[in-house]
Amino acid sequence: MYATTAMGGNGCRPTAGPSGINIRNSDFLASDTMATTHPPTTEAEWRAAYGLQAERDVPFTTLSGAPVKPLYTAADAPSDPGHPGVYPYTRGIYPSMYRGRLWTMRQFAGFGTAEETNERFHLLLRHGQDGLSTAFDMPSLMGRDSDDPLCLGEVGREGVAVDTLDDVQTLFDGIDVGDVSVSMTINAPAIVMLAFYVAAAEARGIPAERLRGTIQADILKEYIAQKEWCFPVDPAMRLCGDMIEWCSRHMPRWHPISVSGYHIREAGSTAGQELAFTLKDGLTYVEQAVARGLHVDDFAPRLSFFFNAQIDFFEEVAKLRAARRIWARELRETFGARDPRSWRMRFHTQTAGVSLTAQQPLNNIARTAIEALAGVLGGTQSLHTNSFDEALALPTEEAARVALRTQQVIAHETGVTNTIDPLGGSYFVEALTDRLEHEAYDLFSRIDELGGMVEAVKQGFPQREIADAAFELQRAYDSGERILVGVNDFVDDGDEEIPVLRIDPELERKQIGRLQAVRARRDAGEVERTIAELRAQAARAGANLMPALLACARAHATEGEIVRALQDVFGTYRETPVF
Amino acid sequence: MSEPASTSTKKIRVVVAKPGLDGHDRGAKIIARALRDAGMEVIYTGLHQTPEQIVETVIQEDADAVGLSILSGAHMTLVPRIVELLAEQGIDDVVVTVGGTIPSDDIPELKRLGVAEVFTPGSSTQAIVDFIRGAVAAR
Repeated sequence: MYATTAMGGNGCRPTAGPSGINIRNSDFLASDTMATTHPPTTEAEWRAAYGLQAERDVPFTTLSGAPVKPLYTAADAPSDPGHPGVYPYTRGIYPSMYRGRLWTMRQFAGFGTAEETNERFHLLLRHGQDGLSTAFDMPSLMGRDSDDPLCLGEVGREGVAVDTLDDVQTLFDGIDVGDVSVSMTINAPAIVMLAFYVAAAEARGIPAERLRGTIQADILKEYIAQKEWCFPVDPAMRLCGDMIEWCSRHMPRWHPISVSGYHIREAGSTAGQELAFTLKDGLTYVEQAVARGLHVDDFAPRLSFFFNAQIDFFEEVAKLRAARRIWARELRETFGARDPRSWRMRFHTQTAGVSLTAQQPLNNIARTAIEALAGVLGGTQSLHTNSFDEALALPTEEAARVALRTQQVIAHETGVTNTIDPLGGSYFVEALTDRLEHEAYDLFSRIDELGGMVEAVKQGFPQREIADAAFELQRAYDSGERILVGVNDFVDDGDEEIPVLRIDPELERKQIGRLQAVRARRDAGEVERTIAELRAQAARAGANLMPALLACARAHATEGEIVRALQDVFGTYRETPVF
Repeated sequence: MSEPASTSTKKIRVVVAKPGLDGHDRGAKIIARALRDAGMEVIYTGLHQTPEQIVETVIQEDADAVGLSILSGAHMTLVPRIVELLAEQGIDDVVVTVGGTIPSDDIPELKRLGVAEVFTPGSSTQAIVDFIRGAVAAR
């Protein structure tokens, strides 16, 4: 495990130390003797001394497989990282960063019906969380109602069940959505959920322009990684464009998209692929919005991003810094954006779910803390930390609290927020930032050769890259080349049992009851009329669907009814899997 | 020592399936590839399969084994339904395995229903390959 010191017999000449005592190379343990005997003061001297020592038998690569040198010096990082709040923002998008304001602690939550999730929202706000983030169940994410036969067993399991405007009202009961910023993680039917949210706020007297928050809505990454879809690619892209356009006019404080790398990474991509595919997706949305007649500065300031914070600490920090630099350059130079707000990439970070283990789950607290620190040192605007029971189930209250406290410890105890971009200027971090930037541009070129990102997705290019990277990482774990503590090394026979959240199956029946009650008391004629109008608008290329969707929402049409009406016009999607 | 005649030439046929709405397919795809690399004939169903579709595929493909991958928490609804449908169709010699986010408390019940093995996060691909090979040979 530590540097073997058996070199003494291999012709290494003993040297005399300052006190005249012979010192053998076997005394040169990596950790202690450098400073006390003959400290190398020049690179050549270091290199010679290093060369005499054995290295540990491990790959010395990042999690993404990139080789890492034993030492980085000024020669490795010639570029000046610049200043925070100044183009190209490598060191941070704001001049004061956490000196002025900490990142938003925004923990993803949702399960059961809107009532249970509303309770969890209140609990998290009481514990000091300062933004909400909504996890929806699979039926809601896939645009299906809770009583759809395909949804049996799935209601309220991976998130909260939302079928109607009424569910959204209950979800935010007692929460002033004109004041609290709310993120909603939903993609294929995002425009429907946005309509529900806007209509629900409006019913409480809160106009759309006051609403702060984000809807994820990044459909490209669904085809690439998260695999939640309702429609074929082209109409799905149109819906994204409709949201970006409508929000640019009516919701100036809202992020109509959160272009995501998190899921791409969770699916098994490398850091470079996460960076490249995410940014290319973002640039594609910009292209399409400009193509429909919007000026880039009209909407780019409200775009946002979402990255993974994986366990290879420095690679993640570098990735986030490279992301800001690339985005700023592309928006200014390629798209000609003039408003500096268009150049600034603001993003949310989530620690890597897939890095957490079912074995010895308390170890996950350490993993999450390290990953969260990478997100913070990478300059994130908001952060979600996973709970230690992530590999087993949705979080218990205790696990959710520990996850939030982890952020609070980082923010208030570690001192890392005392100065901006503390790792800036680190030879290693700047070299990694440069390398990831180059890797991203290489992938951009390959994607462009395929005809752009939409075409690349249709051809399965990013999907294949991800499957290959995932397989390679698994191979490294299976062979023991890469260690996963508690899983392929440092294994315990008796694993600690921890309490695990169980979703009461009764909640599915309860939700179906709520849904049926809404159907019973609404004006069926109004539903029919608004749905028919939606279909007509959907069939018109160039019609923005938000107004028609708002009308459906106000009429208490269900999510499933709305999505089915759109599918009547757009069709559905079936993946040709690559593995 | 020679192999039993019934396993010496025929490739093991495995259906790898994703039941329900769950879209987490990283593990299923890795397993599908590993089984294929190990010399098995693999049919990957892709996502969003109903229990009926999965059983239909098992029958049509004359599968020796089926691996169900579920990370959505819906396993206690989907797996019993699939096992029930297999029985209804008179299929009693297909090795059924389950992988995914399965709490350890649920494993005994799944096995009682006829699931041969449950592979939770952290399982090695080799362990899965070896298990399927062994379980199919032992039928």
